[in-house]
Amino acid sequence: MTAVTDTRRAGGPDDAVGGVVPREVVRPTTVDQVAEVVRAAAADGRSVVPVGGRSKLTWAPPPESCDLLLDLTGLDRVVEHVAGDLTVVAEAGVRLADLQAQVGRAGQLLGLDPPEDGATLGGVVSANASGPRRLRYGTTRDLLIGITVVLADGTVAHAGGKVVKNVAGYDLGKLFTGAHGTLGVVVSTTWRLHPVPPARRVVTLQLPDTAAAGPLSVALARSTLTPSAVELIAAADGTARLVVLFESIAESVAGQARAAVALLGGGEESEDLPEDFGRRPGGADDVLLRLAYAPASLSAVLGALPAGTAVAAHAATGVSYAAVPAAEAAEALPRLRAAIAPHDGTAVVLRAPDAVRERLDHWGPVGDSLDLMRRVKERFDPERRMSPGRFVGGL
Amino acid sequence: MTAIAEPVLSDRTTALAERLRTAVGTERVLTDRAQVRTYECDGLANFKVTPAIVVLAESRQHVVDTVRLCSEAGVPFVARGSGTGLSGGALPSADGVLLVLSRLRKLSPVDADNRQVTVEPGVINLWVTRDAAPHDLAYAPDPSSQLVCSIGGNVAENAGGAHCLKYGFTVNHVLGAEVVLPDGEVVHLGGRAPEHPGYDLLGAFIGSEGTLGVATELTLRLIRVPEAVQTMLVGYSSVEDAAGTVSDIIAAGILPAAVEMMDALAIEAAEAAVSCGYPEGAVAVLVIELDGPQVEVEAQFRQVEEIARARNAFEIRIAADDAERALMWKGRKSAFAAVGRISPSYFVQDGVIPRTKLPEVLAEIERMADERGLRVANVFHAGDGNLHPLVLFDDAVEGQAHEAEELAGAILELCITSGGSITGEHGVGQEKRMKMGKQFTPEDLDTMQLLRCAFDPDGVANPGKVFPTPRLCGERPGVRKGEHPVQAAGLGEVF
Repeated sequence: MTAVTDTRRAGGPDDAVGGVVPREVVRPTTVDQVAEVVRAAAADGRSVVPVGGRSKLTWAPPPESCDLLLDLTGLDRVVEHVAGDLTVVAEAGVRLADLQAQVGRAGQLLGLDPPEDGATLGGVVSANASGPRRLRYGTTRDLLIGITVVLADGTVAHAGGKVVKNVAGYDLGKLFTGAHGTLGVVVSTTWRLHPVPPARRVVTLQLPDTAAAGPLSVALARSTLTPSAVELIAAADGTARLVVLFESIAESVAGQARAAVALLGGGEESEDLPEDFGRRPGGADDVLLRLAYAPASLSAVLGALPAGTAVAAHAATGVSYAAVPAAEAAEALPRLRAAIAPHDGTAVVLRAPDAVRERLDHWGPVGDSLDLMRRVKERFDPERRMSPGRFVGGL
Repeated sequence: MTAIAEPVLSDRTTALAERLRTAVGTERVLTDRAQVRTYECDGLANFKVTPAIVVLAESRQHVVDTVRLCSEAGVPFVARGSGTGLSGGALPSADGVLLVLSRLRKLSPVDADNRQVTVEPGVINLWVTRDAAPHDLAYAPDPSSQLVCSIGGNVAENAGGAHCLKYGFTVNHVLGAEVVLPDGEVVHLGGRAPEHPGYDLLGAFIGSEGTLGVATELTLRLIRVPEAVQTMLVGYSSVEDAAGTVSDIIAAGILPAAVEMMDALAIEAAEAAVSCGYPEGAVAVLVIELDGPQVEVEAQFRQVEEIARARNAFEIRIAADDAERALMWKGRKSAFAAVGRISPSYFVQDGVIPRTKLPEVLAEIERMADERGLRVANVFHAGDGNLHPLVLFDDAVEGQAHEAEELAGAILELCITSGGSITGEHGVGQEKRMKMGKQFTPEDLDTMQLLRCAFDPDGVANPGKVFPTPRLCGERPGVRKGEHPVQAAGLGEVF
């Protein structure tokens, strides 16, 4: 085995995290090596930024400093897949797509479908990434049953376990989900799996505008239908369609698709998903936002977006992605936040062109628990060396 | 093994009681021995501690005042809902305050379009589904005690239930919480919307067994009542065949709403108690429930029936209506209490194993029981490997209680070595804290303490529960450095 010190190299522009070039890059291949590297960084007071597939680096603001970039793609082992228990243990650097392929051979899946190419499990957890099927399977907090982390001082700690039902001790997996590397390094993950549904049926309904999606998604949610996803896909030009996905046994998806057409008052049935299903909207010139709100407020929330905003909404869940034209973003974002606040709405910047990024408040208001979050950060990372400044309130 | 601690009416608690009376009203503060003794234990009756003071809170402000006054006085407090917990999580502190939340019982109107409802912590679990039912909605977590247990207690313990195989646990169904932190500060975690920016402190709070604060309001997610529900009761001549059926159902890609198993002794007890009419001569029974769209349930139900027959089921009964379904469930849900019919005393255990290890673990439990000349009745959530072995004993027989306690402990260790957990839904509480060191490393436990110290640096919220050794938090990092005075005095270990 290669000593971890042999993987050290100077950081270059290609290694930059939000424009911050790391002094040094290291690529450990075991949990012990991660601990060794982080312990050494602690001894010298160096800042550490963990990365995986680098597919969501813009989802958090740039770190204030990055002495050491911890490349976790070398932790790429699927440690244990017990098909009979519907569980899998896999290291943080395993790509989500590779894990899906492996458990797929046993007719199983991990119920997470964020669209970012090359995403690793550690990155999916740390960014709390999800996709359309969150309606059916939930998100990381519902599926992650165990976690191993390396803390700022190099301590290796576990929480949870390998069984789905387990209430022993605090659930640190929840705490590290969406923490963007600011509490420590996620090195291994244990998941609950689901069986792959044997059949699929898709209903696509063209809509006159995005406002029509709100009442339809509420109607679907209040019906006895059990779609895996209800997606509103709206282009910048205002054309919109609702895509409802059913996944189950053949008899069930056929019956449910028919019932959905009746409920929606129309729609085309098909076998295949549209190509843009689950994609984040917009392009590199847009500011990509994640909006979260009380689910029935969909129409009101979308109505607060500037004209020309492309949207991909997980319609029945209270989460939407919106691509606001960059020129309007700085002015539109505070207005949008104020407009959706009555719906418990929040808007987080996931990606922005460099020219506008610094003018945007990345996370927006956090509420009255920010001080408690600060106290959590101070306990886990008292010297503030783990991805400093990347989180809410500058944590 | 019954531990009784006398209350400590120190100068400190006497002074605190006076301040509490001023703050929340004399009639809500109890110190009379006879009155406070009512609260000496929760559902785990073999631990008893009489609290110095009991506060019967009726509003959020009462909770805030009580917690703040406790914090200022450095007096520990323990929050309690209906007191049905089975791990001693609501066991009082002898020199502390027991904060009773069962009078906080308001339910807001159901928000049907958002499929949510906001409730106070003393609200009974079943009331939520009762209020949601007219909207064709339901609250999914359904612990067997749901007729009496409170939502606040469910949140503290991350309660499960028979249907969490498909629907998940309390943590999957709580969207937001208003929490009084151990210093009296009020914070809102989560809310009516998902993905609130920041750390998922709500996820960390749920299941923290009252050690991180007191919830005063909870926003719950409701599920749509499924179109169809079908339930079957299946009788087997061997435990292996019953366990094999469960594995085959999962392997077939079917996710039932519930799969419950009882062994011969548990069946005998249930029969004696509630005459549930389970198949005669069965060595094991399964209660299998499927729910969802009608066509899906019907097709998968037929498939499950075939699987059960292939595994030598000698009797399969299908519930024709809700009344028959209720009877099938009655035997299962009353099983704990029913064991009292066939044994003078018993311990209820709660452990988890990977489902695939079910047959070997059950055989080992039987061997361990035989070795000690004791009987174990097994009732469990077979779908997710959550065992509830009931260790039967007779208090009148010298030393048998001790033997039974040892066996219950040995079963937990078997769960750990099988790759499972010491608790699936009852919590660690007072009862299992000494087992935590067997499931987790010292580093794991120290890391959990970092979270506790962020919420409760002074250690006043339900101290002495969950963790094996009481620890001090030290100064708040970044604020002040130096040795903690208690550490300097050699009285404790600091983080």
